[in-house]
Amino acid sequence: MAVLTPPSAAGRPAAGRGRSRGGRAGGRRQVGWAFVAPFLLVFALVFLAPIAYSIHLSLFRDQLIGGNHFVGLGNYTQALHDHAFWSGLSRVGLFLVVQVPVMLGIALLVALALDSGRLYGRGFFRISIFLPYAVPAVVATLMWGFMYGKRFGLVASVNEHLHTSLPDPLAPGWVLASIGNIVTWEFVGYNMLIFYAALRVVPASLYEAASIDGAGQWRIIAAIKLPAIRGALVIATIFSVIGSFQLFNEPSILKNLAPNAITTYFTPNLYTYSLSFSGQQHNYAATIAIVMGVVTMIVAYVVQLRGMRKEV
Amino acid sequence: MTNRALRRWAPAVAAVAAAALGLTACGSSGGSDAKDGGSGASAVRSALAKGGDLTVWAWEPTLKQVVADFQAAYPKVHVKLVNAGTGNDQYTALQNAVQAGKGVPDVAQVEYYALSQFALGKSVADLSPYGAKDLSKTYSPGPWNSVNINGGVYGLPMDSGPMALFYNKKVFDTYKLPVPTTWEQYLDDARKLHAADPKAYITSDTGDAGMTTSLIWQAGGKPYTVDGTKVKVDFANDPGTAAYTKVWQQLVSEHLVSPVPGWSDQWYKGLADGTIATLATGAWMPANFSSGVAAASGDWRAAPLPQWQAGANASAENGGSSLAVMQAGGNKALAYAFAQYADQGAGVQTRIKGGAFPATTADLDSQAFLDTPFPYFGGQQANKIFSASAKNVLPGWSYLPYQVYANSVFNDTVGKAYVSSTTLADGLKAWQDRSVSYGKQQGFSVG
Repeated sequence: MAVLTPPSAAGRPAAGRGRSRGGRAGGRRQVGWAFVAPFLLVFALVFLAPIAYSIHLSLFRDQLIGGNHFVGLGNYTQALHDHAFWSGLSRVGLFLVVQVPVMLGIALLVALALDSGRLYGRGFFRISIFLPYAVPAVVATLMWGFMYGKRFGLVASVNEHLHTSLPDPLAPGWVLASIGNIVTWEFVGYNMLIFYAALRVVPASLYEAASIDGAGQWRIIAAIKLPAIRGALVIATIFSVIGSFQLFNEPSILKNLAPNAITTYFTPNLYTYSLSFSGQQHNYAATIAIVMGVVTMIVAYVVQLRGMRKEV
Repeated sequence: MTNRALRRWAPAVAAVAAAALGLTACGSSGGSDAKDGGSGASAVRSALAKGGDLTVWAWEPTLKQVVADFQAAYPKVHVKLVNAGTGNDQYTALQNAVQAGKGVPDVAQVEYYALSQFALGKSVADLSPYGAKDLSKTYSPGPWNSVNINGGVYGLPMDSGPMALFYNKKVFDTYKLPVPTTWEQYLDDARKLHAADPKAYITSDTGDAGMTTSLIWQAGGKPYTVDGTKVKVDFANDPGTAAYTKVWQQLVSEHLVSPVPGWSDQWYKGLADGTIATLATGAWMPANFSSGVAAASGDWRAAPLPQWQAGANASAENGGSSLAVMQAGGNKALAYAFAQYADQGAGVQTRIKGGAFPATTADLDSQAFLDTPFPYFGGQQANKIFSASAKNVLPGWSYLPYQVYANSVFNDTVGKAYVSSTTLADGLKAWQDRSVSYGKQQGFSVG
């Protein structure tokens, strides 16, 4: 479960040990570099180089008339005043604020239920709740897209048989909620597994001590279980924050079914995609991608700082 | 010393100059293949004799048979026909491949409205060196003008799309609707049909840039003015646009058009079962009818496009494609050979038999072509209607040199009119603004 331990806690002592050893034998340093070299090489190639290239791209502007020329930070100032970009960003911001708590809440509830040991057929529930995560996002979205269909889909059938008039899930006002529903369905199982795994490593002795002290189940959850999985909660939140900002698959596929409800700048990622592939604005797309990367990093870092604050 | 230096430098300078000349020659001739084989035509012939592999990206259904025939005629050539999507989907993939410099096909189907964007970006090759310039009399003027861009020929016209109204006669007979001759009458029919059967719609429309611009074209509108790199976009004060929005706004506001996106499964289903009763589109449609809506064979007929003014006979083009040779393709001479076979040679007849509408004047005027009965349309000689429409296409229309981009944001702007209280006119104004700002960003002088 080392993965779930916050890096700051595990990292510090290890770094300290490394320093003292390096001081004793200088030759070891080179050996150390040799061991790290394969990783560094791949890291530079697949991580640093693309970022550097994107930054390079973002400083130029390639026009149909006039060709490619250096514009400095011109693309960045344009991004700051770009209505389309901000509307996409605020949309994923709204998505983040509403969908992530709902999804993590359900996941936590399910994990606690599974962990309570009072559930009959625990293995079955665990796998069936996790299963949607194994369905590729594209397939999941297509499937939900068919269900959302107001003319031929499940919504149409419900309306027909029950004589109701459910709102069109693919109408402009509803489509973000519909996407939230798909994403929640996809990722509850995944987050549940993170929480459940964290709960399994809580020593049984704590529960025994609690029951001797006369604590009920709710008290155990509040005083033992939740504090024990705080790290897992923070990790899951950070993953979800990043996932929300990178929202792309679901709107991109639903766009075929609801071309007028989902704009080409519905989410920042969809916007970069449209800029680069329909508009041939690769440089501006790189700029938006970098700005988005920075925004995501800041938000994820704030979440981590806040989440870890009370932990000593 | 100076003499020796001169002697030493002179050949170098000459070599550089020659290389530069060679480069410009290459640049203007569109590739080294033509240069090697002497005249372009012989390069094409030797490429055919030598054979090789070709990848063709196209969605036009009749090309399948053309590829088979072509390979039978030239056994050394292997053609891989790939359907990389229809229209914009394919252009996205194509631009993606061009940008990556990998996986670029040799030949690509490019619609007329999109060709100038690819030519401007130098993604497609100028075909003049292979003898394409000599084909001006081969093709009808509309399509030929569309492939002539800035003095080069950037594709061979494959088909053309003079518009017609396809209507489901069975539905029209059932509800005793008159075949509309004006758009006002069309609106009338739409109301009657939807009232008689709430599941049936006169047509489907979820915002289609190609259809909207074509109908504005037919109404005499000229929202785009293009003069080299000078571009003007004006939907707001365009009388043709006003005529279009007046009728179409009522169709949309009264929910008389089916909210099914074109080319989707639901759309084909609707065309087959009569819930989508008409389709105003280009004369290339019959091939798609017989392949995609086979179940409704015999139900459909073609009619002249309804008019914006009673008694007029105006028409417009919708779609129509060329086969373009990609600049990054490996074997351009062979690629041209295929395009020529499909668009000028034996392939044309094959494609006409398959239901395609040619751009070659010889075929358009031939009596045999005009008299051809369409079994799908119950034996109707539909080519007579299409040919008449081709002659009545209003002159003076032009698309933007970046129409592919403009069309990609059509649903962001005009699409709002289909799902909210925004009007079509407001949507078109928003579309105009997006097109103008993109043009400015791309270095056009936009007025």
